[in-house]
Amino acid sequence: MQSSANFGRGKFIVGGLLILAAVVYLIASSTSASAEYFLTVDELHAKASSVIGRNLRVSGAVIGDTIQYDPQTLNLTFEVASIPGDNKAIEAAGGLAVVLHQAVIDPLRARLKVIYNGPKPDLLRDEAQAIMTGQLGEDGIFYVDELLLKCPTKYEEALPAQAGGN
Amino acid sequence: MIADFGFGVLVVTFILSFFSIGAALYGALTKSYPWAESARRAMLLTFPLLTLSSLALLYLLVGGHYEIQYVYSVTSNSMPLYLRITALWGGQAGSLLFWAWLLSAFTSAVTLRKWERDREFLPWVILVSSVTLAFFLSLVIFFENPFMSWWQTVSGEVAAMFRPAGAVLLTPRDGRGLNPLLRHPGMIVHPPLLYLGFVAYIIPFAFAIAALITGRTDDRWIRITRRWTLWAWLFLSLGLVLGARWAYDVLGWGGYWGWDPVEIASLMPWLTGTAFLHSVIIQEKRGMLKQWNMLLIILTYDLVLFGTFLTRSGVLSSVHSFAQSAIGPMFFAFIGLTFVSSVSLLIYRWNDFKAEVEMKSMLSREALFTLNNLIFIGVLIVCFWGVIFPLISELVTNQKVTVGPPFYERATAPLFGALMLLMGVAPLSAWGHSTIKTLGRALWKPALLAALVMAVILAAGMRNAVALIGFGLVALVLIVTLYEFWRAARARSKTSAENFFLALWKLTGRNRRRYGGHIIHISMVLMAIGILGIEVFQTETQGTLPQGSSLELAGYTVKFDSVAQFDTAGGRNVTRAVVSVFKGDRYLGDLYPRRDYYYESSQPMTIPGLYSTLADDMYIILVDWQPISASGATFKVYHNPLVNWLWIGTFIFVFGILVAAWPEKDS
Repeated sequence: MQSSANFGRGKFIVGGLLILAAVVYLIASSTSASAEYFLTVDELHAKASSVIGRNLRVSGAVIGDTIQYDPQTLNLTFEVASIPGDNKAIEAAGGLAVVLHQAVIDPLRARLKVIYNGPKPDLLRDEAQAIMTGQLGEDGIFYVDELLLKCPTKYEEALPAQAGGN
Repeated sequence: MIADFGFGVLVVTFILSFFSIGAALYGALTKSYPWAESARRAMLLTFPLLTLSSLALLYLLVGGHYEIQYVYSVTSNSMPLYLRITALWGGQAGSLLFWAWLLSAFTSAVTLRKWERDREFLPWVILVSSVTLAFFLSLVIFFENPFMSWWQTVSGEVAAMFRPAGAVLLTPRDGRGLNPLLRHPGMIVHPPLLYLGFVAYIIPFAFAIAALITGRTDDRWIRITRRWTLWAWLFLSLGLVLGARWAYDVLGWGGYWGWDPVEIASLMPWLTGTAFLHSVIIQEKRGMLKQWNMLLIILTYDLVLFGTFLTRSGVLSSVHSFAQSAIGPMFFAFIGLTFVSSVSLLIYRWNDFKAEVEMKSMLSREALFTLNNLIFIGVLIVCFWGVIFPLISELVTNQKVTVGPPFYERATAPLFGALMLLMGVAPLSAWGHSTIKTLGRALWKPALLAALVMAVILAAGMRNAVALIGFGLVALVLIVTLYEFWRAARARSKTSAENFFLALWKLTGRNRRRYGGHIIHISMVLMAIGILGIEVFQTETQGTLPQGSSLELAGYTVKFDSVAQFDTAGGRNVTRAVVSVFKGDRYLGDLYPRRDYYYESSQPMTIPGLYSTLADDMYIILVDWQPISASGATFKVYHNPLVNWLWIGTFIFVFGILVAAWPEKDS
């Protein structure tokens, strides 16, 4: 009796382990297939050849003069300048707006040429932060699949704009 | 004045919840019923008190009292009344108060029941809910106080509850207004439903802890909370679906679910909650999985807190994290504390909660239910991994890596497929013992029919493997489930001389949970049809059109007629395009995709034009336009096949839950 109960339990443990193995396999294979690496423009240039074709997420400061857009073909190209990837480093340097401004006016800062096909976002302007997902091509151009833009807006300011004494 | 009143009431409620904790604990330890009764009354009193406090905040919101920081940050003069009311949960502080109010309402409701048979549970149930309530009240009082005012001091403006020395009250003439994305009918119901679901799960958790502490190992706690669990599940599910519908209608990216960390955070308690819903049936029927059920409800409770924490703390960036605050560490500590203490309690009681019988057959109903549970936990692990992977990889490799929607789709699709397969197979297996032979005898006909459906779809020209398998599984579940109804109703009508439909009605009435469950399964596969449709077959195109010219997609033609720009009430500037939609040569109607620009927040919002049928949706977004010549505009057009079945399934889902949760006559 005892041994058959043990055998029964063993069967279930094996079944459970099989499911666990399947889940681990699904997670591992999906992670490696769809992982996206966060890189700064500097890091991208340093690693260039080793990351070609991988899914990358790169953030940079938009340089206004370089924006070119053709509304007929929806081809959009522009350049971004390198900014730190770490939020703490950005805060330490005086906040996002300051960091973006300095990156754009600094001619020695590493830059990256970007191509995107799609409607030009409203927020794409000089000194905006572009957060781009895509792949680096052999030609050193970053081909963007997904383009997000952030402007250091005033929306989150904490204080009332029009205040009257009471 | 009103703000002071609202805050004062909060503080009184906070103190009262501590009294309730103390009295419940003392009453339980000394077995003194009067003390437990005293704790119960204190708990009952928190509901009217928090109602008063919430009403005070509503009064301030509706009256436009912008000297209150919260009112200033979520309302403005241009907002209509209904939006000022919904602003109660439109921001961080208000939504935490709303959460606490819901919790006090639910706890009061549960303490009003008859307790004669379960008197030993009472103080512990009150203790668990009071601790949770006290935690949320402490957040509202010490960290996110919705009643703080603006003060002008010598050094600048500050927000504080009480007048700083030498300060004068500041009264802004207008507020900043609610985030435009939240000004949508979907937003009126999505957060409260999700919260209702979250909060309702606290009740079964409280009973589970009571059972663990008192060592009452029967399934009484499950029977008491059975209906609570169903309602919690209904609200949570509806909250998720309505959030998806809102994203589809408002966010303007052609989809409804983006595997955003906050979406995942509300999906995770749903996964454990759904597993729990199934596994409690096994404990009731067979006396098995007692420890597992405890673990599931503990997980659900802490995932509910985790979900609230993620939406409310702003640790993760997403569409939902309009809230940024310092309450993160508090949540983290409370989640850790409750999880560790509950699990320790479970380990302490581990041997008392052993199964009464051994599971024997791998194909028995209970084994298949257990398998279903393991797969739900598998999906949970996938989700959890996706959320924490960036943190782990940064710690280990110092390289920030993230996983996006493709990860979740790839990793969960086979698991969801397996769940559908179980939905088709499990109703045919028997409790206790099933063999390949018995199960095969019941299964081969439906399986053959499902294979036939797949062959027909294949012959019709569909070559996508995922969709083929998916639709095959949908067919299997529909056939098995409808056959179950038909077989049982026919058997009943033969023996009872009722006609078929009366028999069906009576049958469902006699065994509500079983047949309600079947209806829910049908709704789930209908939703699966919609999800397969949009995930596998979505196509899109985009283009800049001169006036009068058109775009084509999936047999539809979209013609750009005109675009106009105007101001409307509510502080909006609206750019609205008129496009006409044709299928072949047949004119179907006009659509008005538009872009609303909110002056107050300088934020745009994209509202798609939608032409929806049972077969497919045309989803048209106005992306850009030339303002001066008004001669051209850029559109993005999505063709979303079958997506309507997602929403149709939702209605059937609600119906199924109502069938399952409707009170039985005899109880």
